[in-house]
Amino acid sequence: MKLALPFELKNLGILGMNARNIDYVSKYNDRRLYPLVDDKLKTKKLAKEYGLKTPELFAYIQYQAEISKLRERLPKEGGFVLKPAQGSGGKGILIITHQEKGGYFKANGDRVEYYELKVHVSNILAGLYSLGGKDDVALIEKVIEFDDVFEGFSFEGVPDIRVVVYRGYPVMAMIRLSTSESDGKANLHQGAVGVGIDISNGKAISAVQFDRPITHHPDTHKELSLLSIPHWDEILELAAGSYDMTNLGYLGADIVLGKKKGPMLLELNARPGLAIQIATNNGLSTRLQRVDEVVKEHLNVKERISFSQRNFGENHD
Amino acid sequence: MRSKYQIFLFTFVLIMTAVAVMSYKINVLGFPLFAGEEKSVWNIEAKIKFKGTGDNAFISLALPDEQKGMFVYNANSSSPNYGYTIAQNEGYNRGEWAKRKVKSAQTLYYSIDVIADEQFVPEKEKIYKKQYQIEASSSVIQSAKAIMKDAYEFSSDDLSMTARVISAFNKKEESQAVKLLKRKYIHNKKDLRDVIAALLEDKKVTLRRIGALRLINGQRNVRLKPMLEVYEKGKWQLFDVEKGKVDKTEELFIWQRGASSLLDAEGVKNSRVSFSVTENVVSSRRAALLKGDKAEISLIDYSLFILPNESQNAFKRLLLIPIGALVVVLLRILIGLKTSGTFMPILLAMAFMQTDLIPGVTMFILVVSIGLIVRSYLSQLNLLLVARISAVVIVVVGIMAMVAVLSYKLGVKDAVSITFFPMIILAWTIERMSIIWEEDGSYEVLVQGGGSLVVAIVAYFAMTNPIMQFWTFNFPEFLLAVLGLIILIGRYSGYRLSELYRFASMVKRDEK
Repeated sequence: MKLALPFELKNLGILGMNARNIDYVSKYNDRRLYPLVDDKLKTKKLAKEYGLKTPELFAYIQYQAEISKLRERLPKEGGFVLKPAQGSGGKGILIITHQEKGGYFKANGDRVEYYELKVHVSNILAGLYSLGGKDDVALIEKVIEFDDVFEGFSFEGVPDIRVVVYRGYPVMAMIRLSTSESDGKANLHQGAVGVGIDISNGKAISAVQFDRPITHHPDTHKELSLLSIPHWDEILELAAGSYDMTNLGYLGADIVLGKKKGPMLLELNARPGLAIQIATNNGLSTRLQRVDEVVKEHLNVKERISFSQRNFGENHD
Repeated sequence: MRSKYQIFLFTFVLIMTAVAVMSYKINVLGFPLFAGEEKSVWNIEAKIKFKGTGDNAFISLALPDEQKGMFVYNANSSSPNYGYTIAQNEGYNRGEWAKRKVKSAQTLYYSIDVIADEQFVPEKEKIYKKQYQIEASSSVIQSAKAIMKDAYEFSSDDLSMTARVISAFNKKEESQAVKLLKRKYIHNKKDLRDVIAALLEDKKVTLRRIGALRLINGQRNVRLKPMLEVYEKGKWQLFDVEKGKVDKTEELFIWQRGASSLLDAEGVKNSRVSFSVTENVVSSRRAALLKGDKAEISLIDYSLFILPNESQNAFKRLLLIPIGALVVVLLRILIGLKTSGTFMPILLAMAFMQTDLIPGVTMFILVVSIGLIVRSYLSQLNLLLVARISAVVIVVVGIMAMVAVLSYKLGVKDAVSITFFPMIILAWTIERMSIIWEEDGSYEVLVQGGGSLVVAIVAYFAMTNPIMQFWTFNFPEFLLAVLGLIILIGRYSGYRLSELYRFASMVKRDEK
């Protein structure tokens, strides 16, 4: 087992969990604002106000009594996503890709019965997936058909792009690709691959799985360094704009890239994890301090993004 | 960064307060720092014997006064059928027993409990002034003058003069003057003391006559030892009238001061008083409490020690929780262990304290494992969350009963203590573990379950540490220091030990 020495991590500008909590999360994220991001329904409504694109919402279900009429709320054909408004870490998300003769089908072809959908919604409302077991709301969203550029880079699931936004500046980005090990979920804990993305151009830098570097996708064996994300500026605008929307100073914006609709804001996270540092092979501290130095100089989203692209690109570090 | 200095200041104040109160309790109140320290408590009993003559009896005994270095915490006169009062005479206390028409042999007892305590200083020491005159013939006066002339010339102050007089009376080859005085006045040690005192007082020496007892265990029927105290330069110096200066006073208890008689008896005959000394060894803590209780020290008067025993025992356990919390804080913030539920490990550790470690850990793993299996079946029934957890609670009760009965049959007695596990906590643990299992996989269950168990075991060792148990209960102010430490760690923004491993792959060292 190899251990790093504290000064080595410091020299690399790596942000530790304690420093993240004390110096950033509790300093820049006002607790009162948490519900804006912990509740996806609120996030969605707010995003609409601010003109940020999100996946289309078909309906939402608030009370157990509504479950008996679930079928009326579901789209008559095509895919949809059932998710808890206050879930965290991708818990409780059920993705139906298509319907056929009254049956519902997941991406891997498994058939899901109607009553199973009802049970799932009931679990969501009872707070099974929400923080602290609070009563929750179930969202029914349109399923995202992800962009073709990810073909071969992801196993079953939807790749999602995580951008860490500090005081309105996008400082670091990665894309999470699901694997067979992660069971189609884009969750790094469960074995999804994290690919660090160059803030300046959307190109892959390096990749990790289970906090250790890799070069190829474990299932599709595609070389990960070939990955390049289109619409990159738009993605950064979406991420940086979510700061103006929520006022959370230290924020993780999860963005998906739709085939037709382009980048959409999936959810926001007020306590984004630190694994992004391993994926990009870069320390967050250095960049956060750099932002602190210039934070007054840039007035709007565009200026902030261009500062980030000039300073946090691979060629500058 | 102002808040950072505030934290340091706050922590410093908390820790210093704890240290100050602790050292006050140790140095002034005599609390021991560690369990097991012992102290002697002396029981001194005066036994008064006399024969009734049919008259009304009145017995008066000189009682001990407050004195430096000796703390009297208990005084007791056991004298059934006698009227007993404490009277003041020339500023000294006397115990007085009275009864009408007393016949036959009688015994009265008066006893005190004494703790030797260097810190104890009586509010004010009384100075005894009254002088006693001895009627004397001219030859006696001549002799006395001869002795004192010699003593005066070969001394520099009252102390050395006293020593010189005492040695004059105790020399093998006595002078004519001493022989004369001895023959005329001195028949016992008390007379010797009184003669020396009279000679010194004539030279304007300030002194007190005292009767002392040596604190040696198992003394029976001893009498007070007549001694002298001479005042010089603001201090009283003790003298043995046979041996001279006495420096070691710890083992002496002064029962009587002044020249008045020790025992006065009217209406009876053959009255005499004798003393016995018994040593009892108690823990220093108990001695300190006895003392604090008597002296009405508010720190003890308003402490946990005044609670009934049962609540004291409850508090003994409660006061250990902060120690467990400190362990959780250390292991989570500095080491970076993951636990399922922030304070679940403390509750587990409390349960382990009741069950002992090995049986506790075994049963915890057993109950949680069975619970997880049952829970996985319950999840197929598609119950609502609250109902499912309630069902798990009932299942946990069932498992606990089953484990207890089965292992009792198998002769494992420890298993009965399984009831000490916080049941609801177990049910929640099972529920949470099974969700983690479903969502994050079995590896995460092992990480969090194992983490919780490791933290619980470390907390168990910290909480069962005898020093911790002794300190938290006897020095609850110690918890202020724990609080300070927790606040300080709460501001630690450095790397966790686990992060040194997690980010290790990012460090590229030149040498291989």
